Amino acid sequence: MLRFVASRLLQAIPVMLIIITVSFFMLRLAPGGPFTAEKAVPPEILRNLEAHYGLDKPLYVQFFTYLGKVVLHGDLGPSFKYSNRTVNEILADKLPVSLELGGWALLVALGLGLPLGVAAAVRRNTILDYLCSAVGMIGICVPTFVLGPLLALSLGIYLHWFNVSGWYGPTDRILPGVTLGFVYAAYVMRLTRGGMLEVLNQDYIRTARAKGASEARIVLRHALRGGLLPVVSFLGPAIAGILTGSFVIETIFQIPGLGREFVNSAFNRDYTLVLGTVILYAGLIVLLNLVADIVQVWLNPKLKFE
Amino acid sequence: MSTASSPLASGLPPLASAASDAASSLWRDSWHRLRKNRPAVIGGALLLLLGVLCVAGPWFLHASYQDQNLDLGASAPSAQHWLGTDTLGRDLLVRLLYGGRISIGVGLCATFVALTIGVSYGAVAGYVGGKTDALMMRGVDILYSLPFTIFVILLMVFFGRNIILLFVAIGAVEWLTMARIVRGQIMALKKMEFIEAARSLGLSNRRIIFRHMIPNVLGPIIVYTTLTIPAVMLLEAFLSFLGLGVQPPMSSWGTLIKDGAEKMEEFWWLLVFPGGVFSLTLFSLNFLGDGLRDALDVRASKD
Repeated sequence: MLRFVASRLLQAIPVMLIIITVSFFMLRLAPGGPFTAEKAVPPEILRNLEAHYGLDKPLYVQFFTYLGKVVLHGDLGPSFKYSNRTVNEILADKLPVSLELGGWALLVALGLGLPLGVAAAVRRNTILDYLCSAVGMIGICVPTFVLGPLLALSLGIYLHWFNVSGWYGPTDRILPGVTLGFVYAAYVMRLTRGGMLEVLNQDYIRTARAKGASEARIVLRHALRGGLLPVVSFLGPAIAGILTGSFVIETIFQIPGLGREFVNSAFNRDYTLVLGTVILYAGLIVLLNLVADIVQVWLNPKLKFE
Repeated sequence: MSTASSPLASGLPPLASAASDAASSLWRDSWHRLRKNRPAVIGGALLLLLGVLCVAGPWFLHASYQDQNLDLGASAPSAQHWLGTDTLGRDLLVRLLYGGRISIGVGLCATFVALTIGVSYGAVAGYVGGKTDALMMRGVDILYSLPFTIFVILLMVFFGRNIILLFVAIGAVEWLTMARIVRGQIMALKKMEFIEAARSLGLSNRRIIFRHMIPNVLGPIIVYTTLTIPAVMLLEAFLSFLGLGVQPPMSSWGTLIKDGAEKMEEFWWLLVFPGGVFSLTLFSLNFLGDGLRDALDVRASKD
């Protein structure tokens, strides 16, 4: 177990290095820069600015300086656009909002997807099953950037149940959370249904029936553990998708999170802020994938920690 | 790769037909199965209809996607403009059809890119095997763990938003699963006798891979391609929604949805129709893909 975690963490190091290197050079090789704004900056001021941020040095020097700071001190440097603020401050400020949004979305995905999937499998080929399949198909085929505005239009503007934008009270969490989580609820439902159907046909379930266990006990105690396996292996990709999906959700509902900040900073060519966000997101995704893997092995004795 | 056997429940095994031309009857069986799958047939018909409308429709409407009518402005659906007009007085139906050309076009081209890379990569890895295979698939694993959407966004922001780059960027993201599927199939095929026969005839590896193996994995490739197209269209629309995809005055369904979402408070039709058509297309593609998977008896699922 410990060795498994340690070796996976070791594998994450080259991945992170590749991500940092590729994004660093991609940003720097692109035409334009953070100070080629609408109004032209006089050349001597531009030179001072570049010297201040170390942009006048050779590219590889910049790269290793940056890498050194990131690895040794976790220092992501100053922001180019928000003067007097460091990237670390901005990330610390914005990340909690995005994480909270992602948390709600994950809650919607699991809270809706798991029970519906189990119910659809147990009541196979009934109205309930077909209804669940239909809802699942809607979730997969109506993208978040259609669903979000539609929900905002119907429940927000016409019915006045929710605010259409903003991130203040607890009710402001509902629309964004549901919008972001619904697609994943659909996938979770499909996977749970498939997994449960497979497990419910197995011999050990028949054994459990034969010894007279109640139906609820069979489903919840015996079948669920095995039936959840496909869902758990989907959790890694789902979490990555929820994190990047929040770019759009934060734009639609005007939520002051990291996703919107990332898109804005990319447009502004705020190199350090973009890089910092990429590194943070990549680190999060790698870490959460590892957690998903551990849960998967823990649930399935056939797999071993290797 | 089990041959598609007729269900035993129906009684007698097929006697004469199976022996004569097994290859074509396999496809014919699949075709029959597909035709019995109603959602898949409806999906396929809808796609055909949408495709014809988008390609041919604009010729009959005598209006361009950039014809403005500022006096009219945004108007609700009417006899004159069936789906209404946008704030610049442009006919929404015309813009939807032109947008469809772009969305479907991007979907097909980017899928083609993904298909080419994925099939070649997977076939080579599976055929060569050994260390090369391990190395190549380790590379795929690493790429899988990268936050690709973020890279595509960076690529589009920093290297101009041109449409060729869009194909390449999307295609480069979507080939990974295809490579995995093809590799698995090829590895199973490699041990079969007809491949051994081909090798003993002295055929080159390239010829064996592309002429003898790939035709035999066409089923999974077709199925997965049908399921890649909606994923690609979704990614294109996602980028366009963020303002990073297709640029005005051209419009894809993604940009139309973006415009609609901005103006939905006053002009609901600008959001509802593009969103509806886009979702309908995704529905059709997914139903068709699922139907094909059942019809061609492909077990390798996406996950």
